[in-house]
Amino acid sequence: MSDNRYLWQHKDLLDTSQLSRSDVFHLLDLARSFEEINKRPVRKVPTLQGRTIVLLFVENSTRTKTSFDVAGKRLSADTHALSQSGSSLNKGESLLDTALTLQAMNPDVIVVRHSSSGASLFLANHLSCGVVNAGDGWHAHPTQALLDCYSLRKAWNGEFSGKRLLILGDIAHSRVARSNVVLLNKLGVHVRLCGPRTLMPAGVASWPVEVYSDLDEAVKNVDAVMCLRLQLERQQAGLLPSLAEYSRRFCLTARHLEGACHSVSILHPGPLNRGLEIADEVADSASSLILDQVAAGVAVRMAVLYLLATRK
Amino acid sequence: MYSCIKNVLHLEALVDLLFQDDRIVAMGPAGHIPLPESCSVTDGEKLVLMPSFIDAHVHLREPGFEYKETIETGLNAALHGGFGQVMCMANTRPVNDNAQVTRFMLEKARKSHPDGPKLHPIGAATKNLAGEELAPVAELKEAGCVALSNDGRPLASTEVMRRILEYAADFGLTVIDHCEDPTLAVNWVMNEGEMSGRLGLKGQPVVGEALQAARDIMLAEYLRLPVHIAHVSSALTVDVIKWGKERGVNVTAETCPHYLLLDETSLEGYNAACKVSPPLRTKADRDALLSAINDGTIDILVTDHAPHTMHEKMTALDHALVGFSGLDLAMTLTWGLVRENRLAEDALHRLWCRRPGEIFGLPTNGFAPGDPADFFLFDPHEPWVPDEKTLYSKGKNTPFYGQELFGRVKHHWIGGRQLF
Repeated sequence: MSDNRYLWQHKDLLDTSQLSRSDVFHLLDLARSFEEINKRPVRKVPTLQGRTIVLLFVENSTRTKTSFDVAGKRLSADTHALSQSGSSLNKGESLLDTALTLQAMNPDVIVVRHSSSGASLFLANHLSCGVVNAGDGWHAHPTQALLDCYSLRKAWNGEFSGKRLLILGDIAHSRVARSNVVLLNKLGVHVRLCGPRTLMPAGVASWPVEVYSDLDEAVKNVDAVMCLRLQLERQQAGLLPSLAEYSRRFCLTARHLEGACHSVSILHPGPLNRGLEIADEVADSASSLILDQVAAGVAVRMAVLYLLATRK
Repeated sequence: MYSCIKNVLHLEALVDLLFQDDRIVAMGPAGHIPLPESCSVTDGEKLVLMPSFIDAHVHLREPGFEYKETIETGLNAALHGGFGQVMCMANTRPVNDNAQVTRFMLEKARKSHPDGPKLHPIGAATKNLAGEELAPVAELKEAGCVALSNDGRPLASTEVMRRILEYAADFGLTVIDHCEDPTLAVNWVMNEGEMSGRLGLKGQPVVGEALQAARDIMLAEYLRLPVHIAHVSSALTVDVIKWGKERGVNVTAETCPHYLLLDETSLEGYNAACKVSPPLRTKADRDALLSAINDGTIDILVTDHAPHTMHEKMTALDHALVGFSGLDLAMTLTWGLVRENRLAEDALHRLWCRRPGEIFGLPTNGFAPGDPADFFLFDPHEPWVPDEKTLYSKGKNTPFYGQELFGRVKHHWIGGRQLF
């Protein structure tokens, strides 16, 4: 651990805005020690034996849910998935009733994915156990931002300060972008955003970022590009003329990267729309951290579950 | 029968008020009004004397949503909040778009509150509030509707709005328009701006309100007819109304206490208790609205009383229903502005009584001989906490729930009768 006197003081992990730099580095260090477990032949330790973790996924997700499930199981916690189908969660039950029902099960940690911004905060306010926000609406996805920084930390040899990172795509509807802007700023990274004006959040001019609508300009001299997934319904909503035009303007190709730093890293939270927001040659290139991010996800989530279940 | 309330404060002067049956006889400096021989005298204990208020915009939920509020509980809240007359919106189930529903509402009010407060239904402007075909206005007027509105279901079609204004004019009925461009604000949760962007919530831009207000004002000018703009929430809309008034358009407007006292920062932490339609805007909008009620650009105050159950509010912000319960609290909240010298006391008479009476053709008490003896006494200092027990409305959904407030309506006379 980086500091022996360090104490994790959060009941919940709701967004990166609540974390100090010490929290972040403590968590990333802890994740590194857990990553080592993930490389062993027997990838399981008894750290959270007897602890109960509930995975409440009211919005569809396979990857994040699996990542948390694997993370919990590797620490020997009992994980229970409550999903949208097969429960009353999406059948008009109020969020307060959901909270009270879960409370009665007396879990140590609840991991929540919900389509409403603020849903995890609402649950955290009503529950005495720890709550991990695994994505709430367009608002926040702190474990994704943390795992992105985990991957970048390795790629950048621990240096964040002064690096330039471009977040590319649908910023307005992206919880990944919001949590990353906050966290990367905290670490001293210069963040750029690029996408059509129709997919920029209201008030973006007051964010601590530089905003671009031209990808060639945006990508110049960046140390990393984080592509976001474009939800196909944005076109139906009238925010884009066509997916073809979107990809002509914003699909990241090898040609764009000629303007970036030589050692540029490519990130994507997945799942990928190949050819729409990211070209094959970029997704599969040596500079792509995309699969590394998935591995980092398990280690980071082990660290988060450990900290919230034990509050150490 | 003569009655006298002695020693009450009317615009900071100590006065006595004499009335006979349901009419004011005289008001004058305390101890200087000659009293008739048989006259019942009540000591007003230096409480503040106010004319009974009119609330030109409430939702009483009956018929159809009696679990939120009934006409009886809503009128109870009105009585104890200082309101002698309330105008209820048509978005009930069934919608008040025919005489049967109007008569049902009036009958309910007559049964539960035969002596007042008086209920004045507002007819739906379009059938089933669908925004397509005109509602049967002649029938609604004959049954007792005093105005028309599509409140709650903003009118997308300018053509439909034009025809409503024209058709309503045949009957001398004012049209109250809920201005919100429905195409600019689909599934919104709060005001659009820096805060909605940061919280990841769908915003409603102020231009959606101001555009429709401008539309209405231009139509009103073109047709030379009146229009009333409901619950103005933004500085931009105030500017548009000011422009209309300067051009001589017969446009009137209302805002609500919550737009004067709260802004969008109350939604920090995804606080669903502060979700309302139109949404709370910024501090600058709040300031502009306060100036507008002071200078008369905005003519009247209304509560937009919108009772809901707690479970409809205690959920994720985007699923929570919009609206605040307001009748119990309006006088207390707006007196707070008087206490802070942000509003003159006589402005309360104008905003809550005289102007709404003028706009909707309802009788009001100006304390002149012959005026209706409708008034209440208010203790500006009494502390109280709005909660399950103290609120008369079934709707406990106020952002001020559980907060200590100062000032309470103590007694209310309507038609010369002391109803509490």
